[in-house]
Amino acid sequence: MSYKIIASQCTSCSACEPECPNVAIREKGGTFIIDPKKCTECIGYFDVPQCVAVCPVENTCVVDASVPRYQPSA
Amino acid sequence: MDAVAVNDTLQVTPVIALEDVMQTVAEHKGCGTSGGSGKASCGSAAGQGDLPTEIWEKVKNHPCYSEEAHHHYARMHVAVAPACNIQCNYCNRKYDCANESRPGVVSEKLTPEQAAKKVLAVASTIPQMTVLGVAGPGDPLANPEKTFKTFELISKTAPDIKLCLSTNGLALPDHVDTIARYNVDHVTITINMVDPEIGAKIYPWVFWRHKRYTGVEAAKLLTDRQLLGLEMLTERGILCKVNSVMIPGVNDKHLVEVNRAVKSRGAFLHNIMPLISAPEHGTVFGLTGQRGPSAQELKALQDSCEGEMNMMRHCRQCRADAVGLLGEDRSAEFTTDKIMAMEVNYDLDSRKAYQAKVEDERVAKVAAKQEELSTLAGEQSDIKLLIAVATKGSGLINEHFGHAKEFQVYELSTAGAKFVGHRRVDLYCQGGYGEDEGLDSIIRAINDCHAVFVAKIGGCPKDDLTKAGIEPVDQFAHEFIEKSAIAWFKSYLDKVNQGEIEHIERGDAEIRQGALIAAA
Repeated sequence: MSYKIIASQCTSCSACEPECPNVAIREKGGTFIIDPKKCTECIGYFDVPQCVAVCPVENTCVVDASVPRYQPSA
Repeated sequence: MDAVAVNDTLQVTPVIALEDVMQTVAEHKGCGTSGGSGKASCGSAAGQGDLPTEIWEKVKNHPCYSEEAHHHYARMHVAVAPACNIQCNYCNRKYDCANESRPGVVSEKLTPEQAAKKVLAVASTIPQMTVLGVAGPGDPLANPEKTFKTFELISKTAPDIKLCLSTNGLALPDHVDTIARYNVDHVTITINMVDPEIGAKIYPWVFWRHKRYTGVEAAKLLTDRQLLGLEMLTERGILCKVNSVMIPGVNDKHLVEVNRAVKSRGAFLHNIMPLISAPEHGTVFGLTGQRGPSAQELKALQDSCEGEMNMMRHCRQCRADAVGLLGEDRSAEFTTDKIMAMEVNYDLDSRKAYQAKVEDERVAKVAAKQEELSTLAGEQSDIKLLIAVATKGSGLINEHFGHAKEFQVYELSTAGAKFVGHRRVDLYCQGGYGEDEGLDSIIRAINDCHAVFVAKIGGCPKDDLTKAGIEPVDQFAHEFIEKSAIAWFKSYLDKVNQGEIEHIERGDAEIRQGALIAAA
């Protein structure tokens, strides 16, 4: 899994972009998107996903169930 | 105000001469700490008064730090800082309406490079533009790279423009040295509480050092960081204004305590603003029906804090991309498309020449007021009343009643005329005809005033205002506000003394909420 940003709720405030430890977030088409290939759900960095913690709109950075679960390398 | 309180915070460490001066600035804590000239003549009000020259030089052409300057000088905000690190119950960043004037709202965000170009374009077009602020729409210090890059670019190309920023204070202690390095000499911190229990009702969460904190813990963290940041700034001689949002039933009584706390830490000016909470803004307070204060409630709180320190009463709670004099907004003239197409010729000399002219105007205005004030000498009366004034700036009664988007409110007494606030209204006159509904809302907005001073007014609204007990006064068209107000007040007192009229107290007035229905 990775996190994704629900575009219709994104205020495009950019708060998440610098917080992402994987540099997985960028602006696209006026809102921000998360690159599922780079997202680690913040595992190994922080207790909670940083995009979720800083986002001003609740339930906007959410788990993207369509992507396989992130597997930290042992 | 006593000398002990001042000495308590004096640093004992020996300092060099320059720091000595700055320390004096930091210790000054607004006005009236020394001498007995009182508040009316200093800081946020009329002239230099008992302000030390270093502070006066910093505030005299800053519209947000000097009530007197706000008639003459303009400011602009550049929206380079969209991210925020806290959540406030009075803020919702989702909606943008071009007609809305409230913090956190912008029509477009800018890169630092676009912002620098915009500043040059505006400063070349509006020579009285003296101040550039970064005020969001998020928190400037939650976007430190963008904010400081903007300052760096502007200080190179337009070195005469004062830089300032407005912050919630959470990240402030981390950036004080950078703020000092960029010569940002005015910082505004929004402090709504010093009691975390109260803070928990205002802030649902803060994001700090990779973690979201909630409840009392969040508010404790925020207040500690705010007060620490304030102390660090004033130690460095950086002028600090504190903004507080007055939320009836939540922090209204508590703000007296906030006032004491920020004053003792060297804040220069305290700006208590009414809560804006229209349901259509979609804020938590808007949706829960939390009301804002009435005009009388706001004024009473401002008055009760005024003995402690300078109060700012001319704040327009403007947008994070506002341009122009306070109370006017010319941001639509300077959209990114337009500024990118503009040929900009930044001429420092012509700006200086224009500003010298403005200074002459100010001197003339103060002299006129002093002269008129002398005619009140010897008058004995306890009567205090409010008047509303339609003005476009320059301290003149120069706006038509029907074209006024706001009225400035002055309190008149035998001590003179004192600016105590302003009221936003929807335009009465649209396309040349007045509308009765508009008039009712204007009367509600200035219902606590005895008279309204205008450059011109039509027959219909004149009759309706008179019926509502508000005297329309148009004989001072295009004259100085304070001088005219004092002259009118003197004749009012004469009429009361001769039994021609009876002095009656007025009722309360409404603080306008929501977007402008009638755009200019």
